[in-house]
Amino acid sequence: MRFILRRLGFYLIAFWVSITLNFLLPRFMPGDPVSRMFARSAGQMQPEQIEALRKLLGVDSRPIWEQYADYLHNIVTGNMGVSITRFPTPVTEVIASQIGWTLLLGGTALVIAAVVGNLLGILAAWRRGGAIDSALPPLLVFIGSFPYFWLAMGALYLFGVILGWSPLRHAFTDGLEPAFSWEFIGDAGAHLVLPALTIVLVSIGGWMLGMRNTMIATNAEDYITMAEAKGLKPGRIMFRYAARNAMLPSVTSFGMGLGFVVGGALLTEVVFAYPGVGYQLLNAVQGLDYPLMQGLFLTITAAVLLANFLVDILYVRLDPRVRAS
Amino acid sequence: MTTYIDPSPSAAAAALESPTAAPASGAPAPGSAAAPAPRKPRQGLVHGLLSNSKAMVGAAILLVFIALALLAPVLFPGDPSRITDMAGLEPSAEHWLGTTAKGQDVMALTIHGARSSLLVGLTVGFASTFVGILVGLASAYFGKFIDEALSLVTNVFLLLPGLPLLVILAAFLPPGLGTVILVLIVTGWAGSARVLRSQALSIRSKDFVAAAVVSGERAGRIMFREILPNMASIVMGTLLACVIYGIGAQAGLEFLGLGDVSTVSWGNNLFWAGNEGALMTGSWWVFVPSGVCIALVAFALALINYAVDEVTNPRLRKIKPVSEGKAAK
Repeated sequence: MRFILRRLGFYLIAFWVSITLNFLLPRFMPGDPVSRMFARSAGQMQPEQIEALRKLLGVDSRPIWEQYADYLHNIVTGNMGVSITRFPTPVTEVIASQIGWTLLLGGTALVIAAVVGNLLGILAAWRRGGAIDSALPPLLVFIGSFPYFWLAMGALYLFGVILGWSPLRHAFTDGLEPAFSWEFIGDAGAHLVLPALTIVLVSIGGWMLGMRNTMIATNAEDYITMAEAKGLKPGRIMFRYAARNAMLPSVTSFGMGLGFVVGGALLTEVVFAYPGVGYQLLNAVQGLDYPLMQGLFLTITAAVLLANFLVDILYVRLDPRVRAS
Repeated sequence: MTTYIDPSPSAAAAALESPTAAPASGAPAPGSAAAPAPRKPRQGLVHGLLSNSKAMVGAAILLVFIALALLAPVLFPGDPSRITDMAGLEPSAEHWLGTTAKGQDVMALTIHGARSSLLVGLTVGFASTFVGILVGLASAYFGKFIDEALSLVTNVFLLLPGLPLLVILAAFLPPGLGTVILVLIVTGWAGSARVLRSQALSIRSKDFVAAAVVSGERAGRIMFREILPNMASIVMGTLLACVIYGIGAQAGLEFLGLGDVSTVSWGNNLFWAGNEGALMTGSWWVFVPSGVCIALVAFALALINYAVDEVTNPRLRKIKPVSEGKAAK
């Protein structure tokens, strides 16, 4: 219990830091964003928009701590202001309409990569020097050397443009109405395959190598030798004795991965024009939509912190050593 | 037992470090350090690296790129991004890698791009390792409150989602090469600080450090003259990982159009390639070279990193006979 409370305190501090960062950035950065925005959208802004911006970016004469208190109050009550590029939609609504796609894309890719990667890692460690163990790691490291977006664009070119197997952009065909029909689900699935596969391709190496390295250490434990001496089936030793105990670091990675799903899918979403929060974040940056930018960043951070906290709780269940200390 | 002391964020560091162990034991090069030659009492890091084939291949690739970057103004004089009327040409004898939709020579762009990419990568790598060393050493040496505070800051920075933070920072700061470097350091130092702190902590508890404290040496001297030299290999590994991070992250940032669009670098080349729809029109030659260059440099650095690990980590040698014994059973 004390462990969980300590972790909770840590995550609250981390969240407070990101809120404060969000508050301070527009106020103390050289190159005042407000004037940049005004210059860009000269005459096209409505008074309410300007008023909303002034408030959000702190272009008012009140003392800074008063603004800060106001800002904190707004965040806690879920009031993140109004989007500029999609005026007058509130930022929270814009985010709510897109976070689902990010979770779908990232979640699918994460689960596939984790399951396949861990299995490969288990097999590689079990047969050290075997085919999987000697061929895959260098290959995966080499693939991992390429910039992710470059691989994704290459895949899009190959499978989308040349072969025509995959749709080129968006999460579903334009004009199709989102609904729980087979047609729509099939269409969304077809749009999901290539982006998800590219993430799996670059992230699977990390899973595999991590699992392999822990598993090698576990394989040297006495209880494995004992299990072999008892004449247990190799498959049983591999999964129930060795892999089970080597899983723990992978659980941590899964928590971090869950966080990266929300933030790290940014490049994927940009390359495939997939309408998730990362794609929206870049759009907000390009459209100088500061309220939306800040709202997205806070949402992403909150998701990352929440995912890690959940893993910590899970850890208490899985690892008795954490409970004891 | 010892590996599980602090479960959560160390996995990132472990993930960073872990690939290093892979090819080392996975594909044992028969001629390399793994050979059961009578081991010399104490091989220096430099000497060990010079006789390691992986390190030499990596260093060779890296040196070629550095030489090309330095020689770029000689090989391709003039401004590589000048717009000409020879647009969209395929690779030929005159333009080895063809031209872009704006008539720029891709070969010139790629070689000139090495300058900015390597400069930013190396700067970011050295600077974030330096910050990491300062934070890690101070954390480990002073302990108590300072350690708590510094670790908290490090963990918060490790946990904040890197790419969105990069994007937000780049959006608020005035565009330019300095901004790119600064932003990459801000988001990149925490990982190295964490790794270096845990290593420094274990050295901090050694007797010779206690002896130095008792004999009244100053804190700075103990940190940099007693502790730091004993973790040279970890510092080296961290530095290489940071340079890889710097080059990759710069390319990603520039690809998103958040870098300094006016400089010629590999990331910007790819940004323009995407912007001009190079792939949609089938001009693959605009798109391929810069990506391959980034990959080659990253791969070369990774090779050197494995080599450092192989040379300095006796565990990687010790594990081998165990596994062979297992296979024999």
